[in-house]
Amino acid sequence: MKKNNDRSFTWRQVTNSTLFFPLVALSLILLFDFIFIPGFFTIENRDGNLYGSLIDIFRNGSTVMLLAIGMTLVIATGGVDLSVGAIMAIAASVAGILMNPSALRDELFFVTDPTYTFQPLWVVIMGALIVSLLCGVWNGVLVGYMRIQPMVATLILMISGRGIAQLITNGLRIQITYKPYAFLGQGWIILPFSLYIVAFIFALTWILTRKTAIGMFIESVGTNFRSSFFSGIDERKVKLLVYTFCGLCAGIAGLVASSNVRTSDANNIGLTTELDAILAVVIGGTAMKGGRFSLFASMIGALVMQAITQSMYAIGVPAFALQAIKAVVVILVILLYSEQVQAFVRGLGASRKRVKS
Amino acid sequence: MSETDQSILVMEGIGKAFPGVQALDDVSLTLNRGEVLCLVGENGAGKSTLMKVLTGVDQPDSGKIIFDGREIQPRSPQHAQELGISTVYQEINLCTSLTVAENILLGREPHKAGRIDWAKTNTLASETLHNLLGVDIDVTKLLGSYTVAIQQMVAIARALYVASAKVLILDEPTSSLDEHETAQLFKVMRKLKGQGVGIIFITHFIDQVYEISDRITVLRNGKLVGTYETAAISRVVLISKMIGRNLAEFDEMTKTKLESGKHIRSEALLQARGYGLTDAIQPLDLDLHAGEVVGFAGLLGSDRTETASILFGVEKPDTGSMSINGKKVEEHSPLESIKRGIALCPEDRKAAGIVDDLTVRENIILAIQASRGWLKYLSLAEQYELADQYIKLLNIATPSADQAVKNLSGGNQQKVILARWLAINPQVLILDEPTRGIDVGTKAEIQKLVLSLAEEGKACVFISSELEEVLRTSHRIVVLRERQKVAEFAGEVEENTIIHAIAGSEA
Repeated sequence: MKKNNDRSFTWRQVTNSTLFFPLVALSLILLFDFIFIPGFFTIENRDGNLYGSLIDIFRNGSTVMLLAIGMTLVIATGGVDLSVGAIMAIAASVAGILMNPSALRDELFFVTDPTYTFQPLWVVIMGALIVSLLCGVWNGVLVGYMRIQPMVATLILMISGRGIAQLITNGLRIQITYKPYAFLGQGWIILPFSLYIVAFIFALTWILTRKTAIGMFIESVGTNFRSSFFSGIDERKVKLLVYTFCGLCAGIAGLVASSNVRTSDANNIGLTTELDAILAVVIGGTAMKGGRFSLFASMIGALVMQAITQSMYAIGVPAFALQAIKAVVVILVILLYSEQVQAFVRGLGASRKRVKS
Repeated sequence: MSETDQSILVMEGIGKAFPGVQALDDVSLTLNRGEVLCLVGENGAGKSTLMKVLTGVDQPDSGKIIFDGREIQPRSPQHAQELGISTVYQEINLCTSLTVAENILLGREPHKAGRIDWAKTNTLASETLHNLLGVDIDVTKLLGSYTVAIQQMVAIARALYVASAKVLILDEPTSSLDEHETAQLFKVMRKLKGQGVGIIFITHFIDQVYEISDRITVLRNGKLVGTYETAAISRVVLISKMIGRNLAEFDEMTKTKLESGKHIRSEALLQARGYGLTDAIQPLDLDLHAGEVVGFAGLLGSDRTETASILFGVEKPDTGSMSINGKKVEEHSPLESIKRGIALCPEDRKAAGIVDDLTVRENIILAIQASRGWLKYLSLAEQYELADQYIKLLNIATPSADQAVKNLSGGNQQKVILARWLAINPQVLILDEPTRGIDVGTKAEIQKLVLSLAEEGKACVFISSELEEVLRTSHRIVVLRERQKVAEFAGEVEENTIIHAIAGSEA
């Protein structure tokens, strides 16, 4: 009897964990892959580097994971940032133009001359990141200090951002031939290099939010901004901070994405990724109204999104049908989160107890 | 047989558990047609939970509900309302960004040609308010633009508007009403009683229990203590049933107060001169001394709360100056005030006090962490130490410091907010209605706490709509009327003198 009680107690603990439902969603998709896609779990070792479909999920998911880190914090304050896709494009364009300034003079837009000297890599990266940081500051000022609703405030940059990105590159798609830059998205050190970037940003964010008071301030502002204000928390500063940080994350994602496709394509880089990032956070269990957040759960959410895409490609869904099929799967995943289903799953432990005793 | 005829509602053996708390344990209740049944008990006695079970907000773990001769299982407040059970909750559950009329008729708006007939909606709403409550306000204005008292009236009007209501539940509707408004409400209640409506009335005001109720059901710690005829039970017996101990403490407090009055310093800790804000509070002079409790008395709308909020820097004054320890205050914001050692425990616990998703520990350390900034993070060990210290000191009933604060009862939430402010070790502590909606026992605890804080050398401002409470706790009383400081009394004052000052008539 006592033993049974213990078990149902742990079941409840397990199901109450923020990670439980995202992990269930991910496992279900991987289970599907295991049954229907032969060789999905095969990992090859080529020259010490690992390749395979699983690795691809991580590699292709890295941009959404980067976006989801910043988006988690924004959503935890009760806001949303729709402009991250556009910021990715802006960052890519800035990087592109810094590597190839001649595009401004309409002369040539990809470097074929092997003796051409590029700007140092750090100038390219810093330039792009500073611009994306400023984009985030813009959003943060609008939301925090001007008190414009987040969806409206970030919509401005979402729509104008791609125009800005095109202005930067003079309307050209700049080919990227700079080797060190290509390493960001295509390099491999046992695992894809972009994963190390994700891991670094994730660890940095985790420390910043959980080892300082920022995480608590974000959750407090997102749960009840008036109480937070009365307690001396400057809600405006917290919002400015999270939108700025989200812009920075989007900038990094833009660098990885442009490096991956070897162009700075203002029209296509990061297109609709803002929605993937928001979904990743939602699948991770952070409520859109703000409050408690889990960065790790958002990472799993991002992987769920990418695993869906990857599986669809693997079973031969044509690219044009992908979005429609993806929507169906996302609906199924979100259904897992409905209170009814959650209560049912939590109840499994209880009913088992009743049957046995 | 006779029981089913007479009783409109029977609840039998209701049980309900929340994480870590057995909120209700085998509780039964009977409500007759055309009677007012008072439901009383301390905080966390289970009154609100019992009503939530009855109205379908929470599902009971055990027991059954028989309504009008049939067993029912309310699934949601809407469902309960359709059955004929309407509620006005303790915390106002209306949409502040809708108009008054929309709030009253939400979901029941009259239609014309398939669309809502707004003119008729507005007329109906003002008629409902006028006829039932005798309140005349502009129903096309947003609810949020009215005071808490008016919002409460609107909530009651909304519950009454359900014409078919056979059972009306009033969960502490009077906690923010002044005497006149309460009298109005009681008039309405008696009218409804005459029509055969059964009313369950939850209140902390013992006077009101005796004024309006026919029978009293007492709960304690989630268990039923008993049901009594109001005429047959004396106050002392009732209160001892509610709290299970004697209230000699209150007499003791008066002595403590006189004792602690000796510690008041002569030089002012906080000094405000001509401090005011247009459209909120007329310029006023105020001195607070270390070791002193200053009570603010006045009716609702005398802007006691606004006075508190300009002292705390929530709003910026546009006239006058304030100094603390002789230093002039230049910047106005809650954060600056906290750094200066001023704390404000706000009136509206739900909207401006607790952060309900956060844990008890996080709620307690919130203000101290905010004043330290985000980098000087209190380590988890320090956080637990602080939290545990205050949980013990204030007797906060919680299974652990990691419980989400929303799972606590109202009185315990109030203690958590108090703990938040005590943690910053303030010089000046402003308490705006710290005892609203909490039980007699906790009230006494908080009042005693305030006196002992003053004794430690803090200056306290104590705001309450219960004059008796202000009198009992304060060394000095400031009377506010119509946004103006009209009088100040020190030492022993007759209750009558203050009432005259509040009312504005000559003694």
